[in-house]
Amino acid sequence: MPEIFQLDFMLRAFAAGILISIIVPLIGVFLVVRRYSLMADTLAHVSLVGVAIGILTNSQPVVSAVAASTLAAVAIEKLRAVKTLFAESILAIFLSGSLAVAVVIMSLAKGLNVSLLSYLFGSISTIGPVDLYMLAAVFICVLLAIVLLYKEFFLVSFDEEFAEAGGVKARSLNLLIVVLAAVTISLSMRIVGILLIGALMVMPVVSAKQFGLSFRNTIILSILFSLVSVMSGLFLSYYLDLASGGTIVLIALVIFLLSFFLNRPQ
Amino acid sequence: MTKVSCIEVRDVSFNYNGNPVLENITFTVEEGEYLGIIGPNGGGKTTLFKIILGLLKPATGEVRIYGEPEPRFGRRHIIGYVPQRAMAEVYFPATVEEIVRSGRTARLGLLKRASKDDRAAIDRAMEITDVTRLKKRLIGELSGGERQRVFIARALASEPKILILDEPDVGVDVTSQEKFYTFIEDLNRNLGITVLLISHDIDVVAHQTKSVLCLNRKLVCHGSPKKFINEEYMQELYGKKVKFILHGH
Repeated sequence: MPEIFQLDFMLRAFAAGILISIIVPLIGVFLVVRRYSLMADTLAHVSLVGVAIGILTNSQPVVSAVAASTLAAVAIEKLRAVKTLFAESILAIFLSGSLAVAVVIMSLAKGLNVSLLSYLFGSISTIGPVDLYMLAAVFICVLLAIVLLYKEFFLVSFDEEFAEAGGVKARSLNLLIVVLAAVTISLSMRIVGILLIGALMVMPVVSAKQFGLSFRNTIILSILFSLVSVMSGLFLSYYLDLASGGTIVLIALVIFLLSFFLNRPQ
Repeated sequence: MTKVSCIEVRDVSFNYNGNPVLENITFTVEEGEYLGIIGPNGGGKTTLFKIILGLLKPATGEVRIYGEPEPRFGRRHIIGYVPQRAMAEVYFPATVEEIVRSGRTARLGLLKRASKDDRAAIDRAMEITDVTRLKKRLIGELSGGERQRVFIARALASEPKILILDEPDVGVDVTSQEKFYTFIEDLNRNLGITVLLISHDIDVVAHQTKSVLCLNRKLVCHGSPKKFINEEYMQELYGKKVKFILHGH
């Protein structure tokens, strides 16, 4: 057996990688089609506030990251529903605002240490068994939600007003999607990194969209692209000693460029 | 035969940012009616539709659907809605079939999958609107006229008793428009679907519909198209003398 599969932390990284590759684009597709791609990056930055609090108080950063991003997701949706601010302005405020809060908390915790860098850019060697269990629980929740509510999520993403006119609870479904996005992002940051998770949520979906397929097949293809990016990224980062998050996103970027140029109108 | 009133609008008013958009609107739509709604931009036509659909709450008054007050009306799927269309959905990765099927979602309810009957209703909606041959195509690849038929198919997928169309002819060429209005008339006549239609095309409303409602914040007139082809109303409605030219049909 190759050396890579004999290391416990690499096996955990691969297991976590598979779970992430499936749920990240599954949530991402519902953000991308509604032109809400920036949401992924915003929630990732809010997660950093949670990580900073975790480091400052010496508690589990992942838990506080989930709490911070979920709260922010709910607040963003409530603000968006009021309709006095542009959706993208709300996201921009949360993105830079949360970064400011995180930096201030960090300075209280005396500095930007190695542990923080591993959250920013991802570090596969730090994934413990507990991280994997939490990720598995989120994986099941996301998968169940999307499978059971697929037709509602599709309807609300395509035409919110039509959904509401028919009596479908569009606001609750919107809220559910962003909360699932928040939790997924916070749990995925160990592998891909806070600064890069947004890319993994958006790039495979945008790549798949270039092929002009049905909604369902776009989702399937984006999961495939995401799996290829994460798996080959983990291999390459191990053998070439590269940062895992960066390698994964670079591969996703190459897939996007290929998809874009292959499908360019003649 | 007694006539059943399916939509009753009673003394409805609506304000937007303190400005009155609708004032004391009262009218009744009977089952099987084909009602055309006309009026200037900002006259409250779309707002009235949104109140009937329960998307907006009136400041005063109420709407009753088959005798039940709108907020408590549980069978919303019996109203098929064809919203005013921008180009927004052009980039959405979805096929015609997926979009038409989504019209059945509200009627199906949570956690329910489409049965054989549901699938038959969806197929029928595509057949009636002649979009079956387009079902595997992406919505963004279609022409304006084809896209419009897809949105009507989506509304018909829930087998509605009432069809509400908000300026469905925007972005559609003239030849397709004529076919389209004949098609709507057939739905009304042959399937007995009650139709409410907002149109900026006075000619269409005068010729196709069974009754006309003129709206300019207040209800200016409500009656047969003949009654409405009258310069006095046109002046009240559009604020200037409008010469109404009847095209021969």
